[in-house]
Amino acid sequence: MIYAKDINENTPWQDLTPGGEIYEPGTARAFNTGSWRTDTPVFHEEACKHCMLCVPFCPDSAIPVKDGKRLDFDYMHCKGCGICEEVCPFPAITMLTGGAAK
Amino acid sequence: MNHRLSGNEAVAYAMKQINPDVMGAFPITPSTEIPEYFAGYVADGEVNTEYVTVESEHSSMSVCIAAQAAGARAVSATSSCGLALMYELLYVAASCRLPITLACVNRALSGPININADHSDSMGARDSGWIQIYAENNQEAYDNFLMAMPIGETPSVRLPVMTCMDGFITSHAVENIELLETDVVRKFIGEYHPEHYLLKKENPLAVGPYDVSPYYMEHKMLQAEAMKAAKARILEVAAEFEKISGRSYGLFEEYRMEDAELALVLIGSTAGTAKAAVDKLRDDGVKAGLIKVRVFRPFPGEELARALAGTKAIAVMDKSEGFSAAGGPLFAETRSALYDLNQRPYMVNIVYGLGGRDVKVEDIEKVFDRLADIAVTGETGPVYSHMGQRSKEETA
Repeated sequence: MIYAKDINENTPWQDLTPGGEIYEPGTARAFNTGSWRTDTPVFHEEACKHCMLCVPFCPDSAIPVKDGKRLDFDYMHCKGCGICEEVCPFPAITMLTGGAAK
Repeated sequence: MNHRLSGNEAVAYAMKQINPDVMGAFPITPSTEIPEYFAGYVADGEVNTEYVTVESEHSSMSVCIAAQAAGARAVSATSSCGLALMYELLYVAASCRLPITLACVNRALSGPININADHSDSMGARDSGWIQIYAENNQEAYDNFLMAMPIGETPSVRLPVMTCMDGFITSHAVENIELLETDVVRKFIGEYHPEHYLLKKENPLAVGPYDVSPYYMEHKMLQAEAMKAAKARILEVAAEFEKISGRSYGLFEEYRMEDAELALVLIGSTAGTAKAAVDKLRDDGVKAGLIKVRVFRPFPGEELARALAGTKAIAVMDKSEGFSAAGGPLFAETRSALYDLNQRPYMVNIVYGLGGRDVKVEDIEKVFDRLADIAVTGETGPVYSHMGQRSKEETA
């Protein structure tokens, strides 16, 4: 069995899976799609009421939640679409122009 | 069992004996009878197959892809524009390494619209990554379909297989045919147990994920290696099949090639006509021979080069145009295969039989006459030519 963690951009063809099949779930977690980010959301914790509206609206899974509270953005997966800022009823999210590294 | 069946009936009967899990069914002339006969088997409870009627061939192949990825054996049948409409999915099936089996009943592609036999449909799909096996007659259509799954499903291969026969000439003509007993077929085909499949709950699987450029080339390399590996597997399966049927198959058939100086290379039902011409010429002392290419993908290039090395002049006959302005696909590949020979025979290309244009024994004899002239004079004349069309000029 070939696991996703053992595959990277240096893996020779002999060690890849036929058809690029993936034999385990959730491997997108390991893939840094945040490098595509066009704009960057900033989380202002002091203004957040933890209403959790932003979490289901995020088209990716870039807003982690722990113990009923949202945490700072997962910038490894955030693409900067700005939907969270749109739906936030409070001034808890602002967008910076550009995919600034975070 | 001796029977009299049409080519379509023979393939439908092979499917019934196999009892596949899923059939993606959509009708198109001349392959329509295959899903039609099979629907009868489903209705009569003779198979357990999930018979999925769809709205297009794009969908019938999509059904096959989904079913095969889920862990089922999937089959379909099509022709001409139906195969063309499957085109996108043919590549998906092959690149996802799903060993689907498709009966292609060869018919000309539009346009002008035409329902009769030529190979332009499957030749258009020759680079899609499918194994292609062509039949000369009903018996071969039946036998090839039975051999398809043991070839395609082999882990080192894992490629879809297209078995082809000539529309109407083979699909609708009724011939004597020897059928195997169903229990013998079932034993030969075996059960389908892929290592990975979508319904294997203990082992989640993603099929056909997006491939970024740092991976795509490596996956294509794996696919190319699988196609190379298919050649040996095709011969292995043929040897196993011979044990249960007594019928012997190779990558191509050599007919009276032992000491042949003049040879034809062609595909499909025309081989029967060409064999009659070869026999006639042999009776007259002409050293004529024929190679009938059975497996076009993977292309048996090295094997063809060996088989043709001793000849003086060859005509490669393409039953599809190709519009390269330099010859048909069978010619291009055969000629390329012979490039490494120290002494290359003369070789010409004759495009013939398009859209069901008939070819007779006398037509083939004319081709051999031309080859005899070429062998003596060393003058090939036009390397790329057509046969059988009305013309103001003399054609051979």
